[in-house]
Amino acid sequence: MDAKFVALTGAGAAAEAMKQINPEVVPVYPITPQTPIVEYFAKMIADGKVDSEMVRVESEHSAMSATIGAQAAGVRAMTASSSAGLALMFEVLGVASGLRLPILMNIANRALSAPINIHCDHSDSMGVRDMGWIQIYSENAQEVYDHNFLALKLAEKVMLPAMVMQDGFITSHAMENVELTSDEKIQEFIGEYQPENPLLNVDKPVTVGALQLTDYYFETKRQQIEAMKTADEIYGDLASQLSDITGRSYPKLETYGLEDAETAVLTMSSTAGTAQAIAKKLQERKKMKVGVIKVRLFLPFPQKELQEVVKDLKSLAVLDRAVSFGSTAPLAKEVKNALFDAKERPQIQSYVFGLGGREIYEKDIAKVYNTLVKGDISQEVKYIGLRE
Amino acid sequence: MKLKSWKEIPIGGIIIDAGNSQENKTGSWSDKQPQINTEKCTKCYRCISACPEKAIKKDKAGNVVIDHDHCKGCGICAQVCPSKAIKM
Repeated sequence: MDAKFVALTGAGAAAEAMKQINPEVVPVYPITPQTPIVEYFAKMIADGKVDSEMVRVESEHSAMSATIGAQAAGVRAMTASSSAGLALMFEVLGVASGLRLPILMNIANRALSAPINIHCDHSDSMGVRDMGWIQIYSENAQEVYDHNFLALKLAEKVMLPAMVMQDGFITSHAMENVELTSDEKIQEFIGEYQPENPLLNVDKPVTVGALQLTDYYFETKRQQIEAMKTADEIYGDLASQLSDITGRSYPKLETYGLEDAETAVLTMSSTAGTAQAIAKKLQERKKMKVGVIKVRLFLPFPQKELQEVVKDLKSLAVLDRAVSFGSTAPLAKEVKNALFDAKERPQIQSYVFGLGGREIYEKDIAKVYNTLVKGDISQEVKYIGLRE
Repeated sequence: MKLKSWKEIPIGGIIIDAGNSQENKTGSWSDKQPQINTEKCTKCYRCISACPEKAIKKDKAGNVVIDHDHCKGCGICAQVCPSKAIKM
């Protein structure tokens, strides 16, 4: 065994993964709570542990633009951001995906202004969900580390950019035990980056970023749709390849205690761990038939897998750490959309929780389970931890 | 020109083959097109070197000819012509 356990924060785990990926170029701009990712990484460069070129840019718009330039030139390029930083990248996120550049970006999820707030919710990455990026959400530091390699491989296979999310502060700043995989095994898994049409290949000159109007724009977007479909199809194979190396598994939807469950909570990121802890207690102490579904791969959204895992459930609570003003919260919207055509589906209750970093406790999720078991399910959204 | 399907074009809108600026007839973009008064033209060819679109050529006799399929109507040729032989 070459397993090596180290104490790392989620941010440290992201930096460690970046070090092993060894991207040629890392243009970055600091923003809380993402900053430690690039601070750790800058130290690794200063210590000579990684030979990436770090570009200190003047904004996140420039960070993503420089990352796009480097990746288009023909090398691996990475960056990281949060909240307002990700929002400032909005325009160029579409350039990265439209040009089909498999950029990998770490996100420490944080609420959007106003009111100004530095704590965790998912409104930043949910706000950019239609920009053509693969989205993978991580429950803990270990997943942040593992997901970086999985996301990179998936991104490069289908030529789409990918972002790996972790909960700001909750995961990014909390020290955990992380098992690192050897450089050799990681290199073997990710392989060498071989872009099809790098801009700097003088033997095969290409034009990148040309105009497409009413004649071809639609066709190029159709290709992106297909690439997401392919990502959905090949994810399983790549996940099992990584699983063979690490011994951990990475299903699109991770389930806990669903075998006998009649009621489940579906959520993402660190809250899935809280849900699992209380579900275990309710199963053992109160013999309640409850389970948890954690969404790891949010985009492309695993519709078929969801239909399969929920078919025997009576009720399902979808816990969103984001809102969609004037509509249904984003995760609940995806879940309802995926289940609309399903023959067997549970009753669904949408919950919004944790905006601006509002704490969510085991007792809150126990209340959710009890409410659903009682059959108290409505089409109206309910809130967790909000003072009414 | 028959337009291709999404399966037939390069990924990500990349242009792989050189020379396609000839295929795309951009002359229709122009607001005004240049007209040459051959009597005033002294064949100095400043317009040819000034044209950003390479849309001005000379024929076998050395006369200046405008390629209206590719002229975007910027009017630089008319500005640089010392004999005021080009009108937009």
